[in-house]
Amino acid sequence: MTTPDAMALGNDPQDVTLAGTASTRRNVLDLDDFTPDEIASVLDDTGAMVEVLGRDIKKVPTLRGRVVVTMFYESSTRTRISFEEAGKVLSADVINMASSGSSVDKGESLLNTGLTLQAMGVDVLVVRHPHSGAPYLLARHLPQVSIINAGDGLHAHPTQALLDLYTMRERLGSLSGARVVIVGDVLHSRVARSNLWGLTKMGAQVVLSGPTTLMPLDLLSGRDELEEDHPFAQVEVDTDLDRAIEGADVVMALRLQSERQQGGFLPSIREYIRRWQVTDDRLAKARSGALVMHPGPMNEGVEISTSLAHGESSVIEAQVTNGVAVRMALLYRLCAGRGGRNGEGNS
Amino acid sequence: MLNRTHNRPVLIKGARIVDPGRGMDAAGDVLTQEGRIVSAGPILSPSDVPDGTHSIPSNGLVVAPGFIDLHSHLREPGYEYKETIATGARAAARGGFTSVCCMPNTDPAIDNEAVVELVKRRADADALVRVFPIGAVTKGRKGRELCEMEELAAAGVVAYSDDGDPVYDPNIMRLALTYTLDLGMPVINHCQEHSLCPGGVMAEGWTATRLGLPGIPAAAEEAMVSRDLALAEMTGGWLHLAHLSTAGSVDLVRQARQRGVSVTCEVCPQHLYLTDEWALGYQGDTVRTAGTLNYDTSTKVYPPLRGRSDVEALIEGLAEGVIDCIATDHAPHELASKEVTYEEASFGISVLETALGSLLALVHGGRISLSTLVDRLTVGPARVLGPSFEQYATLEAGSPADLVLFDPNLEWTVDTSQFASRGRNTPLQGASLKGRVVATMVEGRLVHQDFGV
Repeated sequence: MTTPDAMALGNDPQDVTLAGTASTRRNVLDLDDFTPDEIASVLDDTGAMVEVLGRDIKKVPTLRGRVVVTMFYESSTRTRISFEEAGKVLSADVINMASSGSSVDKGESLLNTGLTLQAMGVDVLVVRHPHSGAPYLLARHLPQVSIINAGDGLHAHPTQALLDLYTMRERLGSLSGARVVIVGDVLHSRVARSNLWGLTKMGAQVVLSGPTTLMPLDLLSGRDELEEDHPFAQVEVDTDLDRAIEGADVVMALRLQSERQQGGFLPSIREYIRRWQVTDDRLAKARSGALVMHPGPMNEGVEISTSLAHGESSVIEAQVTNGVAVRMALLYRLCAGRGGRNGEGNS
Repeated sequence: MLNRTHNRPVLIKGARIVDPGRGMDAAGDVLTQEGRIVSAGPILSPSDVPDGTHSIPSNGLVVAPGFIDLHSHLREPGYEYKETIATGARAAARGGFTSVCCMPNTDPAIDNEAVVELVKRRADADALVRVFPIGAVTKGRKGRELCEMEELAAAGVVAYSDDGDPVYDPNIMRLALTYTLDLGMPVINHCQEHSLCPGGVMAEGWTATRLGLPGIPAAAEEAMVSRDLALAEMTGGWLHLAHLSTAGSVDLVRQARQRGVSVTCEVCPQHLYLTDEWALGYQGDTVRTAGTLNYDTSTKVYPPLRGRSDVEALIEGLAEGVIDCIATDHAPHELASKEVTYEEASFGISVLETALGSLLALVHGGRISLSTLVDRLTVGPARVLGPSFEQYATLEAGSPADLVLFDPNLEWTVDTSQFASRGRNTPLQGASLKGRVVATMVEGRLVHQDFGV
């Protein structure tokens, strides 16, 4: 297929034009295999998609005839609906498969379910799974389907990270040199992990803060041969949030799951709140105009104070809006890079 | 086994004879007749060789006592879709093993005389190599009540273990070590303190964190090794520690030995050759393309593959003799139990057919001598199994003709489709190994030969 420098989103006069989205990418599994240029290009495309979402009639024919299946083995509201909306705005046929009420209930394996969907001619499979690596298993065995990782275990959540990057870049102008403080249960957070890749690749200074029991210290220093130029080598860890937050451009609070306290990682929620809740007082130490982010769903009053969650600094709702646009950009990118089943292009 | 004696004499001519039990490492001839070693030493004159002898030219090959595997999972009865005694024994023969001890985590467990008899009967009927059952420590391997251990001994088990699971309860472990004092056989424990690794599927560390997989810290093994050493010291019982995987465990055993604790231990080929990074894919090759994480479920094994510093400590422990022997922990699984997510996949690697090739890397790399390697595969396990096994660990005249002939320098590529084992689960699929078994003889009978390569 051809990959012109400027590619139209279909032939409809109402379409928008994207600059330079030629891509050979087949899957979106994590951001570790994205170059900074590719991330920037996705963020550029996202801007064009935000424009589409702002129209009176939010519909373009770009992915007409493409089939997108969302396959969620974990509960989700925002990610799933975001993907569904993204596909539908682009005119793809979107089918939602829940694990309950499907062949999964009959004991079908993930791989066999994937093979079945491939045989039905599905173009893009959006997968969320409680086990790390599940999308990689599918990507390895399904050569005719593009896989998007919508969250796998503790491992990665690349579309969330991309929407976070877009939101930050839009507000800050540039990610390079931005000081981004990620607070909370980093150890169990796939959002934090994918953000680590994305932010470090884009030149941001990342600071992790939270209880030591919930820090992925192995990832940062536990490997003897961690190369000096590894993106994670420059990541800071500071358990003192009041100190970490000084001069921050962005403060991202992570969801604290109640089972962390039951699992003994924390003495109490009360102590967590005292040490690591993102509050107005703490935010006052950040740079003036700093952004407050949260991947959702929030426990207001635990990892973030209610007033801050809904205050002027919060871009949490913008994150959700941008999430649809990012997923549109990714669906477009993967489908543009795919030939038809018989090898013909899609334009 | 009784009717399998190969009556025709066999002459292995001009091989390098490595027989550590006799301190021998020299070129010579080995002659077998009627299931026994007639001579293994200096080159024989034609007059010493009987008429009709089958002569095997063996220049460049090594002949050694057949390997003894203290730790295999042959899966029968109960899991014949993973392995049978027949297929496991054929895999053993291909790997140069002439004796295999099979673990009792079958269904039903080998925890009473009837199941021991079943295993022995199947082995007699179907197995190309000697098969020795290990009996469970506790009834049903449930960790609550001791098995009838004397009955098991009388039925022919060679050791006791609840392998697959630890003996969790420290008091049961104490009682097992005490009760077996007059039975002359070791209690083999699989050491893992579960509360330190809830949901753990691979070694705790950089790779596990990178992959987002729950880790198993070294301390999960070392905490129980330490407990068991204290119990062995207190009771005077014979403790054998299965599949050590950490530097700390080796140190603990070294210190306990110095105090005179009655402890033996083993290490597995996979823990001497592979590291946790193999889970990333590309067989541990550090030059990887980002974003191609493999989550190679064939690397999922208990104990987990660990980092380079642990591997180095295990090699040192093996070289100096703190670790008595090499055991395979051959754990075959059907493909479906590995073609799932890493967390869902079964623990275990199919080892018998790649053991020698991977272990010889230690010799080629100058880490241990060939004689030491053979010692740890023959004399070492025989010592754990007791005096009656010494005959299987030597080429001394009059001993049973259990031996292996291998080419230490032959390079080959692992192709699991050629495995005799039903378990194709190994991260070494497609890997290049240097050193391969050419022939295996049990009681004078060639049970495997591969001269065509």
